[in-house]
Amino acid sequence: MNRFDYTRPASVAEAVQAGTGEQVRYLAGGTNLIDLMKENVDQPTTVIDINRLPLNAIEELDGGGLRLGALVPNSDTAWDARVEQRYPLLSSAILAGASPQLRNAATNGGNLNQRTRCYYFYDVATPCNKRKPGSGCGAIGGVNRIHAILGASDQCIATHPSDMCVALAVLDAIVQVTGPEGDRAIPIADYHRLPGDEPWRDNTLRPGELVTGIDLPAEDFTKNYTYLKLRDRLSYAFALVSIAVAMRIEGSTIAEARVALGGVAHKPWRSTEAEKLLKGQQPSPQTFSAFADALLAGAVGQCKNDFKIPLARKGIVRALKQAAEATPQSQTDKRIA
Amino acid sequence: MATAAKIGIGSAINRVDGVEKVTGSARYAGEHPVENLLYGYIVEAAIAKGRVLSVDEDAARAVPGVVEVITHLNRPHVAWTDHSYQDEMKIPGSPFRPLYDDRIQFSQQPIALVLAETFEAARYAASLIEIAYETEAHNTDFDVALDEKYVPKKKRSGYVPPKDRGDAAQAFADAPLKVAGDYRLAPEHHNPMEMFGSTVEWHGDGSITVWDKTQGSQGVHAYLASVFGFSKKKLRVLNPYVGGAFGSGLRPQHQVFLAVLAAKMLERSVRVTMTRQQMFSHAYRPQAVQSIALGADRTGKLTAIRNAATTSTSRYEDNMENVVTWGLMNYDCPNADAEYTVAQIDTPTSADMRAPGAATGMTLFEIAIDEMAYAAKVDPLEFRLINYSPIDAMNGTPYTSKALREAFREGAEAFKWSERSAEPRSMREGSELIGWGCATGMWDAQFSKTSASAKLTANGHLEVACATSDIGTGSYTVMTLVAADTLGLPPEQITAKLGDSDLPTAPVEGGSWGAASSGAAVQLACQAVGKKLLKAAGKIAGEPLGGAKIEDVLFEDGCIVLKDTPTVRVPFGDAMRAADLTEIEEEATAAPGFGDMWKGLHKSKNTHSAIFAEVRVDEELGVVRVTRIVDAVAAGRIINPKTARSQILGGVVMGIGMALHEETFSDHRLGRWMNHNFGEYHVPVHADIHDIQVIFVDEPDPEVTPLGVKGLGEIGIVGTAAAIANAIYHATGKRVRSLPITIDKILE
Ligand SMILES: Cc1cc2nc3c(=O)[nH]c(=O)nc-3n(C[C@H](O)[C@H](O)[C@H](O)COP(=O)(O)OP(=O)(O)OC[C@H]3O[C@@H](n4cnc5c(N)ncnc54)[C@H](O)[C@@H]3O)c2cc1C
Ligand code: SF4
Repeated sequence: MNRFDYTRPASVAEAVQAGTGEQVRYLAGGTNLIDLMKENVDQPTTVIDINRLPLNAIEELDGGGLRLGALVPNSDTAWDARVEQRYPLLSSAILAGASPQLRNAATNGGNLNQRTRCYYFYDVATPCNKRKPGSGCGAIGGVNRIHAILGASDQCIATHPSDMCVALAVLDAIVQVTGPEGDRAIPIADYHRLPGDEPWRDNTLRPGELVTGIDLPAEDFTKNYTYLKLRDRLSYAFALVSIAVAMRIEGSTIAEARVALGGVAHKPWRSTEAEKLLKGQQPSPQTFSAFADALLAGAVGQCKNDFKIPLARKGIVRALKQAAEATPQSQTDKRIA
Repeated sequence: MATAAKIGIGSAINRVDGVEKVTGSARYAGEHPVENLLYGYIVEAAIAKGRVLSVDEDAARAVPGVVEVITHLNRPHVAWTDHSYQDEMKIPGSPFRPLYDDRIQFSQQPIALVLAETFEAARYAASLIEIAYETEAHNTDFDVALDEKYVPKKKRSGYVPPKDRGDAAQAFADAPLKVAGDYRLAPEHHNPMEMFGSTVEWHGDGSITVWDKTQGSQGVHAYLASVFGFSKKKLRVLNPYVGGAFGSGLRPQHQVFLAVLAAKMLERSVRVTMTRQQMFSHAYRPQAVQSIALGADRTGKLTAIRNAATTSTSRYEDNMENVVTWGLMNYDCPNADAEYTVAQIDTPTSADMRAPGAATGMTLFEIAIDEMAYAAKVDPLEFRLINYSPIDAMNGTPYTSKALREAFREGAEAFKWSERSAEPRSMREGSELIGWGCATGMWDAQFSKTSASAKLTANGHLEVACATSDIGTGSYTVMTLVAADTLGLPPEQITAKLGDSDLPTAPVEGGSWGAASSGAAVQLACQAVGKKLLKAAGKIAGEPLGGAKIEDVLFEDGCIVLKDTPTVRVPFGDAMRAADLTEIEEEATAAPGFGDMWKGLHKSKNTHSAIFAEVRVDEELGVVRVTRIVDAVAAGRIINPKTARSQILGGVVMGIGMALHEETFSDHRLGRWMNHNFGEYHVPVHADIHDIQVIFVDEPDPEVTPLGVKGLGEIGIVGTAAAIANAIYHATGKRVRSLPITIDKILE
């Protein structure tokens, strides 16, 4: 860990003012940033501790939505009665992640901005374009069991590791940010990005911008939903593949279905095009399979992660079935219906 | 007279050091407060093989608080012969010598130590060091190394060469039923909770005190004396608390070398601790492949066993394990042969990890046995009984005891094995297939020469001491219970001391010999105190005990009691006062071959277990849940059923990890372990653990060790992964021969 300046502003305006400059980082729960600093993966010159900012409330929005403050801990968000009742998919996804201790410390803004778990990214003795542009991608041709099958580039095959964000993608959340150039509202689909030629950029946040909150539009996905997480142990492991599904069933047909995948790409993977295949259909294995094929179109393995493609395909079908039957995966005993 | 229930051998009591541990007052090696301490941070090699061309340390030295950067270029003189670096494990070869020269033998090898007034300054400065390398071709791919596997010329001590019998090749060729295949185990890292660390206190008079994370204070003491030329008296090594080790602390690890080196060079107190990532820079359980071929007749009687295994070692030492012997010992089969080889890769030397050899070899063998049972269409438990050998079938010697049959019976009953439906894929609930599997576990019942002292003071307090270690295994509690049992004192009046090189001699703690050995030594020392007490009681006016001999008395509630007339009781204090004694101190040594042990001299000594597992497999998604385990263990006499059960639980949990989770991935292009952190190196977590039932089978065995104790530290892991793999087969009809069984292997 290098030496750095540390400030702890009391207002958002002060924070943003301090936040200009290349190697400046906002510190929230620190569960990711501090680890990265200890391993010299991230070496900020200035750390701005934002924990005193008034961004730690969950508020009602006009029109029936909710705003989740950037500094609300992941646990408080998941267990908030309004979130549990109105966005059970989000609660489930958050509770599928990390451990209780980590979720207590981790914040919503930090979760959104957490970095990939690629082994090479974390080990400064190895090449990694995301960490050190131009040094090469260690994971391509290397140990890539946990890497992307969709949307990767020849520069980087990392995945975004968050569970929460997969649910946010399905819920069409809006990320509220503020920065040197003022406030912006970024739809979640545009927030994270694919690696392309600039793998060091995880998202579309501009330098100095601060996430202030996450807006959840009013939705009614309280019955037919699931967050199915498949991983190397039953808890406390990042997703190999995760599937968030929100569905509305009218009569016996699917009025609307949204599906996003975690653990497979540099961002939560969603295709509104493919979702059209579900709309107006009866829930059936055939419909679900056809959708899975469409969502996974173009998936390629990197050798050690080839299994993710069939795993994702089967997982999608199962998750859709769970959602249609209103039997979501339990996040307490991890039982899969 | 109403007496409280006697607490002694067999009492289920809490760990006597439990309160210290949960309140944090138990200090570990990297926590001892020492004044004016320097902190060392280890810089590791980024390449797997080659040479250090140059070390640019200017930037590091410029960091405020940095005191020194030690490399092979400026280190003080240290011993140079291989012999000087030999430790208790006596692995043949040329032991690793940290900072010795410019050679790099493995990735993450320590190549510099940065010392600073704070840990943070040292760590930051370490990140500024630039090293230029000359790389040489390396290989870390075990499968490639297999082409050059070999039988080491010099054998490691404790290595048991397999003994062939009959004509296995012919018998296998002739067998009507055959199973043959390669069975594999991934490399695993020990990852105890406590990271390696050492605190060295520099006293200024040339003497040092070292708190080290090790399984043997005296082993480290001997190593440091030999490597740095300390006279034995100027050196004291302490390890009163050890946060787990699983074998990684059997050999002195490099942080203790580095800490002492720095202390000597700078004449200051020094602490060096490893990070979790650095825990992957040394010991690991060797990667293994075992080619097993079994032949049987149509009734399920084994006719041939062929068992060849190779495990990974480094380029510089031949680490050997007993991998292939277990199956040959355990099964009645007229024809058997085996071969054991090692293959070199450019990593640190592999090391003993909980039940070394058996956890690999017996576990993989038990998967093959299961396959044979199915091939013979015999229930897997029945198959094991058909081929049961009451004697050690490899050596042709009887066991001092083998209650495996009872373990099978009691385990099967508790598990309700008889309700199993034989066909694979025949049990299902919802989206999950259910499978039941079983396996046999085996380990050595070992005993090592150990000394202990016992000191009784007139106020009735007893202190027992021995240089053994308590790596979480419960040694403090075992010593306390044995002392309580021998001298009839309540545990509250007893203090057990261990983990100090100044205490009576004990071997490194490992191999599950700790309880049997230190327990026996403590018993002898306490018996010697008892004799002194009786003699002292003779000085009491009127001789209330009437010249009774030691056989005529027992020790109870702090009194010497006449066996025949229990109302005649002499309090210890009265006896000591009469003889004008303020304390009685005795030291004794327990060595193999005393008591009833001589009768067992030419017998085989082993623990056994029968493991039953239930799994639920979501076959489509590859998700496995281990919902039930019953482990019935035959391990002789159980000193403390509570800590004993904990040992088995821990072993079983580790076995679940071996079955489903643990694997260190190497990038062979870089020659480097890549998932070297706890986020990506997976061990089981709570959600993976369900119902585990431990049964101790009655197995009196006075010949195995003086207390009849066989040891429990390791048996819990052996075979567990096989029972799970076998249950997965029963659930799904899919045979996975390579551990761990991860999602991808089920989906394949
Ligand atoms: C062992 C382990 C297991 C884990 N398992 C999972 C898992 O299974 N699923 C999962 O989803 N997550 C998992 N996590 C990750 C965890 O969710 C994240 O570490 C956490 O959400 C980050 O939040 P934080 O508040 O601690 O962020 P910090 O560590 O404080 O910050 C992370 C990054 O976000 C930036 N940042 C923080 N707040 C803001 C803001 N308001 N505006 C702009 N930038 C900001 C920081 O500058 C930094 O770059 C795991 C973490 C660990 C260590
Ligand atoms: S996948 Fe991305 S993060 Fe991983 S090594 Fe390649 S460039 Fe770095």
